[in-house]
Amino acid sequence: MSSHAYDYLDGNAAAGELSKIFAVDLTAAEGQCAHCGAKKHFAEAHLYTQAPGIVARCPVCEEVLLRLVSVHHHVFLDMRGMTYLCLDTTQLQESSRE
Amino acid sequence: MAIVSRGFSGRRSAADVKLPPGQYLTTDFPVLSAGPTPRVPLDQWEFAIDDGSNVLRRWDWKAFRALPSETVTVDLHCVTRWSKLGTTWEGVSLDTLLAGIKTDAEYVLVRSYGDYTTNLPLDDLMNHKAWIAFRFDDEDLAPEHGGPARLLVPHLYLWKSAKWVRGMRLMQEDQPGFWESLGYHDYGDPWREQRYQGDE
Amino acid sequence: MAGTAVSGRRVIWRVGTVVAFHDETATARTITLEIPDWPGHVSGQHVDVRLTAPDGYSAARSYSIASAPNSEGRVEITVERLLDGEVSPYLTQELAVTDRLELRGPIGGWFVWTPRQTEPVQLIAGGSGIVPLMSMIRSRAAVGSTAPFRLLYSVREPGAVFYRDELQLGADHSHCVGITYAYTRVAPKNWPRTPGRIDPALIASATWPSNLAPTCYVCGPTSFVETAAGLLAAAGHSPDKIKTERFGPTGDRK
Repeated sequence: MSSHAYDYLDGNAAAGELSKIFAVDLTAAEGQCAHCGAKKHFAEAHLYTQAPGIVARCPVCEEVLLRLVSVHHHVFLDMRGMTYLCLDTTQLQESSRE
Repeated sequence: MAIVSRGFSGRRSAADVKLPPGQYLTTDFPVLSAGPTPRVPLDQWEFAIDDGSNVLRRWDWKAFRALPSETVTVDLHCVTRWSKLGTTWEGVSLDTLLAGIKTDAEYVLVRSYGDYTTNLPLDDLMNHKAWIAFRFDDEDLAPEHGGPARLLVPHLYLWKSAKWVRGMRLMQEDQPGFWESLGYHDYGDPWREQRYQGDE
Repeated sequence: MAGTAVSGRRVIWRVGTVVAFHDETATARTITLEIPDWPGHVSGQHVDVRLTAPDGYSAARSYSIASAPNSEGRVEITVERLLDGEVSPYLTQELAVTDRLELRGPIGGWFVWTPRQTEPVQLIAGGSGIVPLMSMIRSRAAVGSTAPFRLLYSVREPGAVFYRDELQLGADHSHCVGITYAYTRVAPKNWPRTPGRIDPALIASATWPSNLAPTCYVCGPTSFVETAAGLLAAAGHSPDKIKTERFGPTGDRK
């Protein structure tokens, strides 16, 4: 019987869905939780994927960082739970050189 | 365009039953959740109905369990496309909980332990259409399925049947809940396939 | 170039063809796929696999890439068959050579190791969590990197070990990966350690000490990862040197 306390994955599990809308890999991005101020890489977020959408929660306080829902040909994204997300754009520069 | 995978049919049972459009029959009971399973000790549990200004009714677990309850067998339809038929629950009807409340509110925002919310018309909770359920399949409702108690509104998609229910607010105007604010339908009738905002 | 695999290239669904498979254990199978226009990958990344039934029903799961980066458009995934799984029984028992498989990737940019890294590395695997770490071990071997690697591999029993022969071979020369197996239910005869979960004593005896500041990669079921990462932190490793990837409670990624 699985332990109920471990019913989440982590930010790596959302990377595929997020790649549909972000040009840059998000898992390596550092974000700040708008609720408790903790700074973590998105890969460290607690991911709840067994749901009608993706919910990423702060690994420290468990408040919602990000929610994503795919609706027909749209994606609804709510990122109010993060004060900021810091993305490495050297990746973008590499691809523009190709 | 997706290719068809030779020999793959998925985890589905023979379809000799009528299901809402786009649904597949399942025999297990998938656990879906938007967050950690709340642990609510029964001596702290309560269910409260308010109108935004005042608490109209409130029950602790003892008082709640003293109310008349009934056993119902219903079909469940989840917006993630699985349907589970003939599930048996024991719960207190919303008719019992709302009895005698005078209100001109037309909508309800249901709240759960954890931060989940969902909205629906007050009418859809009345006349034997909804229960606060505390037993499933002859056993106390397990936490991962919404225990100690969850809302059960089987005529709508299962995301409206809020797990870990703690109360509801009667409202004059509709206000979107957790999933409704991010693209899911305000009403959610599986037979009209109202999954998302804008679906007729 | 390995670097561009983690680049700003949008990740799309592609169709691969099964060219080979190999059973690692009684329940786990490695599947080799050839994918035209595969952009390459970096160790630690994964792919999303999607199966579609004739009536349009589809199911998708994520699987870590087991193979080292290569320029031949070949990708290996190792799939563990779950008793009540929907996708894994199909992949490990039905899928045949020449069948096509839809996949999206490579995905992930944080839980990765590249040969540019020269610092000591501590790998900790719980069950099927060995898969992405094996890609790192293979990548290191392929380029002849001498970065010091140690692996702590926790499994239920000897029959559950993936890549056993290859790991054994790799353990036999210099600059090898130091491997410690931790058996949780059943150990081989005369095994020095009683079967049990990883604990502080094992961390102390079988992993790089924290003063070497290794980069740690922990992968497996969520509960295993939480335990192992906690043990590393308690042993003095800085949280920003500990990278984790969680599979589902049963080891499945979804």
